[in-house]
Amino acid sequence: MMFLDLANFYLIPGIVMGSIYAIGAIGITLVFSIMRHTNLAHGDMATFGAFSALALFSAIGISPYLVLPLATVIVGFLSIVIDWIFYEHLRNKPKILTTISSLGVGLMLRSVVQIIWGVNTTAYVTGINKPYKILGLKVKSTEIITLGVSAALVIILILFLNRNRWGKAMRAMSNSPDLALISGIDNRKVVALTWFVVGVLCCCAGFFLGINTELKSMMGWNILLPTIAAAILGGIGRIEGALVGGLIIGLIEEMSLMVIPAEYKAASSFVVLLLVLLLRPTGFFRSKII
Amino acid sequence: MDIISAFNYPVYLAIFICIYGCLAIGLNVQWGFAGLFNAGIAGFFAVGAYTTSILTSSDLPDRLGGFDLPVPVGILGAMILSGIVAWPVGKICLRFRGDYLAIVTIGFAEVVRLVVRSEHWLTGSTSGISNVPRPFGNLPYTQAQIAYLALTGGILFVAYLLIECQSVSPWGRIMRAIRDNEGAAAAMGKNIPFRRLQAFILGATLMGLGGALYAHLNRGVTPDAIDPMIASFLIWIMVILGGSGNNRGVLLGVMIVWIIWSASELMTDQLPTEIALQAKYGRIFLIGLMLQIVLRFRPEGLLPEPLSELRIRENKDSPPRDTVS
Repeated sequence: MMFLDLANFYLIPGIVMGSIYAIGAIGITLVFSIMRHTNLAHGDMATFGAFSALALFSAIGISPYLVLPLATVIVGFLSIVIDWIFYEHLRNKPKILTTISSLGVGLMLRSVVQIIWGVNTTAYVTGINKPYKILGLKVKSTEIITLGVSAALVIILILFLNRNRWGKAMRAMSNSPDLALISGIDNRKVVALTWFVVGVLCCCAGFFLGINTELKSMMGWNILLPTIAAAILGGIGRIEGALVGGLIIGLIEEMSLMVIPAEYKAASSFVVLLLVLLLRPTGFFRSKII
Repeated sequence: MDIISAFNYPVYLAIFICIYGCLAIGLNVQWGFAGLFNAGIAGFFAVGAYTTSILTSSDLPDRLGGFDLPVPVGILGAMILSGIVAWPVGKICLRFRGDYLAIVTIGFAEVVRLVVRSEHWLTGSTSGISNVPRPFGNLPYTQAQIAYLALTGGILFVAYLLIECQSVSPWGRIMRAIRDNEGAAAAMGKNIPFRRLQAFILGATLMGLGGALYAHLNRGVTPDAIDPMIASFLIWIMVILGGSGNNRGVLLGVMIVWIIWSASELMTDQLPTEIALQAKYGRIFLIGLMLQIVLRFRPEGLLPEPLSELRIRENKDSPPRDTVS
């Protein structure tokens, strides 16, 4: 019974949160390896995605999952537009300016959410979501769907990066933008494509965070730090690293509840981040860029 | 209404300009001179505010502190402790590229916020610390405000002079050399992580000073006083708009941004309560937008640092313009 309790109270929530962090961390890692800056607006973009899914759901109805694809497309295009307006003119300047700019973009996105949807906590569907029992494990349907969709996203993304022409172009550009440019890859198109993919991933992270916990305007900002910690833990620039890092951070956060008070749960990923930077700044899967 | 109290609001504004001036000069040491992106200013501000509050407030049974020490000791303690907490933060992340410092300082500010909100024995959690003494607090309101303005103004002036001396000294030149061309500075035998750490700690000390002055002004501090992003963000805009690397420019930026920010608050207070919330977040949206506009159209600021052309206008990776022509 000990193991079942451990699994029900810590492992399952940890893995679910971990897969949300993993989707977010893959986005962080893509921006870092192709645009070479840290996207501090990532969390707030996820919030925006979650709330736009809420708006679509209340307009169309049926099921929140049905509007998710539409919401991802909206956020994908939004992130391309944000790049055009706010980041493109900083491309040839020191990268740290883009990082500063992204902090400002995050603040703007968050205040837009607060203006349109207010600051109160909401949810997609109210009522109790009764968990299923499988071999003594209690799993909710939302959790199964979260894991399934996350796994599908990761597989599609890896196939895309390895098999598709545009995916290969993205990898080429992350290796060397100049070399990619002289071999005929249009850097601007690759950047736009990357932002679209990042927007889709952001929106999914925000949506699944909202469906497993609750929707509030600070939700994205609150997962920014664990998400970045996951990307660094796995080795920045590595998709598989972001996946493993996300799961580990999710598990550590939930397991930390056994030893530290709940209000410090958010600090545990910060401690992991500091330890990684101290002991192995390249992360598990040796990142090429620090 | 007599003639003196007509000055109340401008004096109140000016006190805040002096407090933000300390914070902005601290950030200018970090960003303007050393090129370090500290996104957790509010964390150091909070450390300063709470340190002096604990040191100088009178005793309370259920919480640490209440040492009842004189105000200058409290302010000095606040500066020292802010410097001390900056040391590990800088030590860990100044070896890497700038983004890591941004991430870790954001985390630092969040952890400080968590500690402030949950450790009742240390910070009084949500009720905060009150009964902090205020210099000249026994005078009538208007005189007390003016006296406090003189105090903060004097402190800001001293800080400005000291930092100005520091920036034209060999130390300041080393910092700018590291910022503008790290490789060349390293080749000249400069110890880059150590110098960066110095600048980071010096800046953090000034932020602690700002926090301490704020706590004494309000006779106390509550967690609500420190909204991490707004506080940090306003100071960022002040520095970038004014002109990073130029202390006078930074102070100009503080004045402009703080006056606009306060004036917009006066305006939104006139609005009906139904849209008060929207207006509040609308202001936050506008400061985010303001940063983007400055970055786009005048990245060197209103009063640019002399010779800043090369740094801002060109990519760090390409050779400087004067060696090409």
